[in-house]
Amino acid sequence: MTIMTRMLTASAIALMAGVGAVQAQTSITVAIQLEPPNLDPTGGAAEAIDSVVYSNIFEGLTRFASDGSVGPGLAKSWEISDDGLTYTFHLQEGVLFHDGSDMNAEDVKFSLDRARAEDSTNAQKPLFAQIADVSVTDRLTVVVTLSQPNGSFLFNMAWGDAVIVAPETAATNATNPTGTGAFMFVNWVQGDRIELTHNQFYWGAVPELETATFRFISDPTAAFAAMMAEDVDVFVGFPAPENLPQFEADPRFQVIVGSTEGETILAMNNKVAPFDNPLVREAVAHAIDRQAIIDGAMFGYGTPIGTHFAPHNPAYLDLTGLSGYDPERARELLAEAGLPDGFTTTLRLPPPSYARRGGEIIAAQLREVGIQTEVTNVEWAQWLEQVFGAKDFGLTIVSHTEPMDINIYANPEYYFQYDNQAFRDVMDALTATTDPDGRTALMQQAQTIIAEDHVNGYLFQLAALTVAKAGVEGLWPNAPVAAIDLTGVTWAE
Amino acid sequence: MIAYVLRRLVSLIISLIVASLVIFVVVEIVPGDPAAYMLGMNAQPDTLAALRAELGLDGSKVARYFGWVAGMVQGDFGTSYTYRTPVSGMIADRVWVSLPLALYALILSTLIAFPAGIYAASRRGRAGDMGVMAATQLGVAIPNFWFAMVLVLIFAINLGWFSAGGFPGWDKGLWSGLKALTLPAVALALPQAAILARVMRSSLLDMLGEDFIRTARAKGLSAGQALWRHALRNALIPVLTIIGLQFSFLLAGGIIIEQVFYLPGLGRLVFQSITQRDLIVVESVVMLLVFAVIVVNFAVDLAYAVVDPRLRVRV
Repeated sequence: MTIMTRMLTASAIALMAGVGAVQAQTSITVAIQLEPPNLDPTGGAAEAIDSVVYSNIFEGLTRFASDGSVGPGLAKSWEISDDGLTYTFHLQEGVLFHDGSDMNAEDVKFSLDRARAEDSTNAQKPLFAQIADVSVTDRLTVVVTLSQPNGSFLFNMAWGDAVIVAPETAATNATNPTGTGAFMFVNWVQGDRIELTHNQFYWGAVPELETATFRFISDPTAAFAAMMAEDVDVFVGFPAPENLPQFEADPRFQVIVGSTEGETILAMNNKVAPFDNPLVREAVAHAIDRQAIIDGAMFGYGTPIGTHFAPHNPAYLDLTGLSGYDPERARELLAEAGLPDGFTTTLRLPPPSYARRGGEIIAAQLREVGIQTEVTNVEWAQWLEQVFGAKDFGLTIVSHTEPMDINIYANPEYYFQYDNQAFRDVMDALTATTDPDGRTALMQQAQTIIAEDHVNGYLFQLAALTVAKAGVEGLWPNAPVAAIDLTGVTWAE
Repeated sequence: MIAYVLRRLVSLIISLIVASLVIFVVVEIVPGDPAAYMLGMNAQPDTLAALRAELGLDGSKVARYFGWVAGMVQGDFGTSYTYRTPVSGMIADRVWVSLPLALYALILSTLIAFPAGIYAASRRGRAGDMGVMAATQLGVAIPNFWFAMVLVLIFAINLGWFSAGGFPGWDKGLWSGLKALTLPAVALALPQAAILARVMRSSLLDMLGEDFIRTARAKGLSAGQALWRHALRNALIPVLTIIGLQFSFLLAGGIIIEQVFYLPGLGRLVFQSITQRDLIVVESVVMLLVFAVIVVNFAVDLAYAVVDPRLRVRV
């Protein structure tokens, strides 16, 4: 019997045993709002892909833990040369892909070369930009040489876009994902659910959960109904925060509130008048009452931020004092800038409720200081074309959910068009620094520069809201990456 | 009769061609690049260009239109940009949810509307008629998505008789599939039944006022016999039209119900594809729905000829 047949038979027996057993709950149904368009994390930007496959089906050299730290994944250990240019990864032994083939250094080389190739459709190509060469020393050792030192290289390799795939199955991963993870793909009923089963031949601890089903419920009322009717066991990213008190009061359920990497900002078009005047940007910053937005749009869930950095990160600096709610000061600044009667601008709002609801509240707050806004609701595709691509906007509200993405301020072409050489110098220094204390100091310097320049209105950090049945344990409270790691999830006895 | 059918067929084909042109032009004009949507904010220009080339978005629009039409005629609806799977397969999966749901809702709607309409017409002016009119007034006014949420609240959350939504698939059994479609079908059917009942009632009342009914009564038939044997058959023509329109609405318009009950149907597919700028899926599904509507209207036209002999002879 081939390994594949053996694995399938074992899984089938396990599945049937799981169905027959009454006492031990070994299956789980997890609901999320958005269905992934495909299941290849190296080929698309949709977060929903990582939600299903990250750490479950696919793994990379390194992986994120629930607190956002980076630890060993398929690479059990590594050495970094003194000049920071050479990384030697030692891979785990006995790792098999779900089709039974062996995972070794050749597959790592294939995956990294494929991601950084000229014609690669990897949405996060910059992660691989500094790789000059990937070479195989022996079956379980890979040497990656960088063109310049990068202090966040190990962090970059933990992203879903950097997972290790096999050359034989890479082309079909979009519909039939074959990885090395603790769960194997079983079936995808498009529009309805994705079914996974646990990998009996996993190189690490085989998960206690035998089957996992992902369901996709985008409507907030339907999400509430599905949870209350106990049709699903867990809802990650619960879209109806107004119902959370009801779940908290119900002994059948538990509510887990954590943090994400989503900095929600009121972006200002820095190269377009009047936002090219720092006084005007500071005025906007003082016109905003963060707590009112958190309470009004997010029902109290969210942490105020004073700069573009996640508060749960140890290097975070609380700079909310620089942009406190002070409408008087805002009016003074506008007068100083030569706009005592205020001005009119556009406010483009993408679909999420933090933007639509938050946008109405911000429009009212800006009106108080004389700034009139033409509010337009746009879909994501329109937002990407008009705001992100053509930079045709005055103000917009969006949440940036990539971890450690403060470096977007170093790109003058990025949609809010902030152009500051001093900031770029700090970012370059940060990339070259690997010493933790040095990195913290530089990150704090970066946070201070963009806060003092009031590049954007820094609103709040999105909260991670999860509702689950009371007996589920091991769920990640925080979302350092858009993943739903089921490897440690179990049902309490 | 043959001439009548042929004329209808020609108008069907012309409608399809015009529809395909309109659909294609409208979808292509909408702002938003599928490749940018798929790759997100951090995508590099060269990655975007590579993806656009892969999806075939580079070529001329005219070439793409003819390629699409030629493919559809052969049954090939293209490949979805987002999912990278053949659109015909996706449509086939979804049709098995939307079509049974539409039929189920139509049957329920007819089963409720016919007796209600006939009863109201036969008790005209009296308490029974008033009662049915009030009920249908309410039914016409209630939005079907609100009604759906109320059904979920009562039957799924409080009583637990049904699940709050979702569709297990026909392979898990006919009964479980029908059970999953019951609440959605009821939510769709009741407002439609209200409209249909009113049409039935007014059409029947028109017939009951005709001379030939008076003749039938004069010949000795009771009111009920006259209604059943003579009036009903003739009252069916407007009712058939409404049923045809309703079926088209149920097939395509179930989109909101599909959202509320998170059913993997055609409506939700179109909705998601519009958001994702999956142009091929939008064009193909909308074309399919237009085709269904035109075919249903054609069938209703043929049914007229069957029900009303006067239409068969007219040139």
